[in-house]
Amino acid sequence: MAGPSGSGKTLLLRAIADLDPTAGTVKVDGNERKGMTVPRWRGLVMYVPAVSGWWHTAVSQHFADWGSAVPLIESLRLPPACGAWPVSRLSTGEQQRLALARAICRGPRVLLLDEPTSALDTPDTKTVERLIEEFRSSGGGVVWVYHDAAQRQRVSHRTLAIVGGSLREQTG
Amino acid sequence: MTYIEIGFGELALASILVVLNGLLSLVLRLRLEQQLAIATIRMIVQLLLVGLVLKTLFALVSPLWTGTTAVAMVLFAGCEISARQDRRLTGLWSYGLGTGCMLIAATLITVFALTTQFNSEPWYHPRYALPILGMVLGNTMTGISLGLHTFTTGAARERNAIEARLALGETRTVAFRPVTQLALKTALMPIINSMAATGLVSLPGMMTGQILAGADPVSAVKYQILIMFLIAGGTGLGALAAVMGLPTGSPTTGTGCVLTVSLCQPSSRRVHPDLSWCRRREVCPV
Repeated sequence: MAGPSGSGKTLLLRAIADLDPTAGTVKVDGNERKGMTVPRWRGLVMYVPAVSGWWHTAVSQHFADWGSAVPLIESLRLPPACGAWPVSRLSTGEQQRLALARAICRGPRVLLLDEPTSALDTPDTKTVERLIEEFRSSGGGVVWVYHDAAQRQRVSHRTLAIVGGSLREQTG
Repeated sequence: MTYIEIGFGELALASILVVLNGLLSLVLRLRLEQQLAIATIRMIVQLLLVGLVLKTLFALVSPLWTGTTAVAMVLFAGCEISARQDRRLTGLWSYGLGTGCMLIAATLITVFALTTQFNSEPWYHPRYALPILGMVLGNTMTGISLGLHTFTTGAARERNAIEARLALGETRTVAFRPVTQLALKTALMPIINSMAATGLVSLPGMMTGQILAGADPVSAVKYQILIMFLIAGGTGLGALAAVMGLPTGSPTTGTGCVLTVSLCQPSSRRVHPDLSWCRRREVCPV
């Protein structure tokens, strides 16, 4: 999803995840949001902001099972020992990758990603792009908000743009 | 021992102490003399009026007038709770939550005490009902006020963490738990401190009053213990209802399951209502 800053991309993602007031209908696999509990919906349609919040001291405490998360953590070019690190020690880029891993470990059906590589260097960006492509090719849905046109060429299967407050299909 | 009546002359003599405070403010340029004078006059007028009101109510022993007075006390206390919040909830919820929880907690505790402990005849006799309600209400008000303040400021401070948990599919009870626990601890701390210090550091006002009025000290102590139990119960119940009620029962909008806690900006920096709702980011979804 593209659009200039302030056009409402984040708001749309938050509305889909039912984190902000909404009107209208949203469905996953034909199932309406209104037909299930809010935690169940958010567990299926998971929003990952550019800057995520943390509520425990150590990194591993944010994962239900750190041991099973380690391969994913390693695939994101992070050491398994980072589980014992305090969150305050993490750089913004490390936090961004760990927040993505934290979401994927919970088994969502759809990921709503708000600039998931905004704080990453080129190698880490490519690692994250590869991981998200794996998630997508294994049947997951992804809505990806980006600013980088080159990234769009690499990852996008369909591009929507918010122009003047409305959502339009973008081609080419 | 006989009850020693205090005359207006004695009160005038004691008021010299407040006048001395005023002089101190003038000499040290504290600029408190006006506030001190207004507070002193308010205190005298309010207490004299309440004395007259209580005298009338005690003579009437009317359930209607006793109930009306009790409701008025709760409503005033509700205003106090609302005024003490840096970050208020939006709309009627701002006043209704604290007042409603206080009404439930104070009423339940007072009726429990009147019907099972005091056994007064009739059970709603204002001589017992109103002083007990007043003591329970005063402390419950402090507990709810502290609890709500801690919760709303904590929720605003931890908004990112709460929102991250909600976005990962956790329930609002789980997402708000750290803030809820802190709010309840803060709400209960005054009564815990008060119980721990009573008798060693301080002699409670009601017990002292009874002793001065000629009651047996052991009898006065038993009354005080009972009152402390009632206050602890009222504070716990009221604070629990208010703090748990915040994320679970507040108004919903849009799809009906988001925006449960709408924390306004601190009152001094309130956002103009004409601004787009998305500018008011002090919103915790649940």
